[in-house]
Amino acid sequence: MRLLKLVPDDINISFMSFRKVFLTMSAVAVAMSLALVFVKGMNFGIDFQGGILIEVRMPQAANLSQMRGQLGALGLGEVSLQEFGNPADVLIRIGAQDGDAAAQQAAVSAVKDALGAGVDYRRVEFVGPKVSSELLIDGVLAVVVAIIAMLIYIWLRFEWQFGLGAVMALTHDVLLTLGMFSLLGLEFNLSTVAAVLTIAGYSINDTVVVFDRIREDLRKYKTKPVPDLLNGSINATLSRTLMTSLTTLVALLALFFLGGEVIRDFSFAMIFGILVGTYSSICVASPLLLYTNVAARARGTGDAKEAAETP
Amino acid sequence: MVYFPKWKVALVLVVCLLGVAYSLPNFLPKSLTESLPVGLPSQQVNLGLDLQGGSHLLLEVEVDEVVRQYLEGIAESARAELRTARIRARALGVDGNTVVVTIAKADEVEKARNLLKPIEPGAQVSVDGERITITPLEQTLLERRSSALQQSVEILRRRIDETGTREPTIQRQGDNRVLVQVPGLKDPERLKAIIGKTAKLTFQLVDMENSVAEARERGRVPPGSVLLEATEEDRAVGRQDAYLVKRRVLVSGEDLVDAHQSFEQRTNQPVVGFRLNARGAKKFGDVTTKNVGRPFAIVLDNKVISAPVIREPIITGSGQISGSFTVQSAQDLALLLRAGALPAPISILEERTVGASLGADSIMAGETACIVGLIAVIVFMVIAYGKFGVMANVALIANLLLILAVLSVIQATLTLPGIAGIVLTVGMAVDANVLIFERIREEVRAGRTPISAIDAGYSRALTTIIDANVTTLIAAVLLYAFGSGPVRGFAVTLAVGIATSMFTAIMVTRLMVVAWLRRTRPQELPV
Repeated sequence: MRLLKLVPDDINISFMSFRKVFLTMSAVAVAMSLALVFVKGMNFGIDFQGGILIEVRMPQAANLSQMRGQLGALGLGEVSLQEFGNPADVLIRIGAQDGDAAAQQAAVSAVKDALGAGVDYRRVEFVGPKVSSELLIDGVLAVVVAIIAMLIYIWLRFEWQFGLGAVMALTHDVLLTLGMFSLLGLEFNLSTVAAVLTIAGYSINDTVVVFDRIREDLRKYKTKPVPDLLNGSINATLSRTLMTSLTTLVALLALFFLGGEVIRDFSFAMIFGILVGTYSSICVASPLLLYTNVAARARGTGDAKEAAETP
Repeated sequence: MVYFPKWKVALVLVVCLLGVAYSLPNFLPKSLTESLPVGLPSQQVNLGLDLQGGSHLLLEVEVDEVVRQYLEGIAESARAELRTARIRARALGVDGNTVVVTIAKADEVEKARNLLKPIEPGAQVSVDGERITITPLEQTLLERRSSALQQSVEILRRRIDETGTREPTIQRQGDNRVLVQVPGLKDPERLKAIIGKTAKLTFQLVDMENSVAEARERGRVPPGSVLLEATEEDRAVGRQDAYLVKRRVLVSGEDLVDAHQSFEQRTNQPVVGFRLNARGAKKFGDVTTKNVGRPFAIVLDNKVISAPVIREPIITGSGQISGSFTVQSAQDLALLLRAGALPAPISILEERTVGASLGADSIMAGETACIVGLIAVIVFMVIAYGKFGVMANVALIANLLLILAVLSVIQATLTLPGIAGIVLTVGMAVDANVLIFERIREEVRAGRTPISAIDAGYSRALTTIIDANVTTLIAAVLLYAFGSGPVRGFAVTLAVGIATSMFTAIMVTRLMVVAWLRRTRPQELPV
């Protein structure tokens, strides 16, 4: 049986000669993402801005405009409705009510009264302002601490240039994912943070594999010009990079299409993150190494200590 | 490398067998696993509330209220002491965490200080001109807060247990919070109603000398009385909407020993029957004897349930509370009275309730995604790596069983994001094998013999695998540390998945590859 090979054995794409294009593209994408996040903002779910979320299954296909009228008349402030997976399922979002917990409960009861009998309340969530701000702080903290922890690990295992490259690539992936969420107006909630952290882990994972090879080649071919060497390492690991991305994508696509409405945005974030992460470990992380005199240190010409370690 | 010590073979086989054994209960119906003989693995994965349906409530106990009541108690005692000693205070009240008294005449300050000193043992009493400041020990305040929280947890547990729900989780969190998780709940609204009430019951006489209308007109309430609202049910049907009630509490819920729902004999209305302890019965007997013909108010959480007229002295200590009750609301009140009043008011900070239907749908969708993802990855691996792909797939399935086994044994909670974590692991678990196989391909191309190519492939890929997985593990650990609820479930499955996938990819496939090498001694590798 002839086995599938994603890339031919003798592949030699000159990634390095396109590095200016890649880096410019990425810089523009990051700038646009930042602009989106700060100007357009994120569509925070109730986890991070407080409020009420109710998922209902109506007895038959829901008439959204009629429901909007019914619920809008309750005077609960902004009420947003969204069809959720099938025509009978509706997601109702209501802003946090003024007043105490009782006011929130009253709002939920008002909705239940307005919709009448025969409605299945599949999910009722309420997050108060105190908790939502804590969750936001925890979420941001988790992502920042994770990035720092990974930086330290890479730094310990490799030279600092690698750590810097890996973390820049990872920050790139995280920012692009945030930008995409802002652009599409997808809900940003606790599980999105989980997705972002997983993307961070995956991105680093992918980058580490390429870097590992670069480090090995730097020791093996002491006189090869660095751009050629980087190119060689990327091409050598290309097959693995693509293969792993593909199996992960295949699994995530199953999750996206079959995993249900509740985690669809979560799966989307991961799929997008894997695509960006694969791109960045090939086209961003490695070219960045060129600008940080990585060769001198890793080859042992940097200082005596490193030299002693090199075989 | 091709040499595989016997103990290692044994270890791999034992771990895999244990994995199968401990994951097996998850594929059997619950009725069967419960009847398994003791000693056999029978634990199933613990499903999170988002999968089995239920309510997650994060409550805040207003513990500062307890401290405030404690300080007001000190202020009240100080006032009484000074009154008996006929020392006039210009001002007396709670200020922050202290009680401040300003004495009118400077020459009485010393006398007042000596009187106030013994009121609260351990408290610091300091004098500054005419101002006397009583500062209770910080330790005392902390203890009051902490014990209020502990007491709240106990009372909430009693209340929730009485509703007959199965396996509720009630935990204190931090300094002033309680987390309540109740699986498989039919009526979350009722749970919240039962949890949210302080349930402070008092019997107080109605002020007959003054009227509600008069108090409202003047905008102030006569001293010694207080204006209390009627219950929402009463106000809704247009009954008397407020009562003027004497401040003095005759009997309170603390003296209650039992309460139950029953029916009024004449009207057949639902009522709550109660029984008082000896002390309460005596007080109630005295009061009712002295006040025959006058109404007394039954007050719950500062709202008047009803104000019946005392027809005859009640000396047995038993009585009933009538009001605008349904059978359900009377049952709930009885339950609250039995469980006792909360030491401080409670508010709901966060609620997440998932209906059973959504939970079941999520499990179904998760399982489908998992199976389809698994099949797709399996097919993919066989197409890409042939025989080696098959071996990687065996390891992949072993990995899934191991994840399930570990989750069952440590009784971790499986949530919907947790299932997503497993699906993700399916995709990523083959990575280690992909790394190894790609490396072997390269070594073969470099002209090595099969055995030496496999040897080099494994040893060179190993450091990469470890580096790559440790970084993902860092992400998982931090997710667990900062995450809450379902996200934590995701972190757990991700971390477990990483650990088991490293074991299966490195050990299990290697064992198979080595066994295959020994048996066939190939001249060429099928990669």
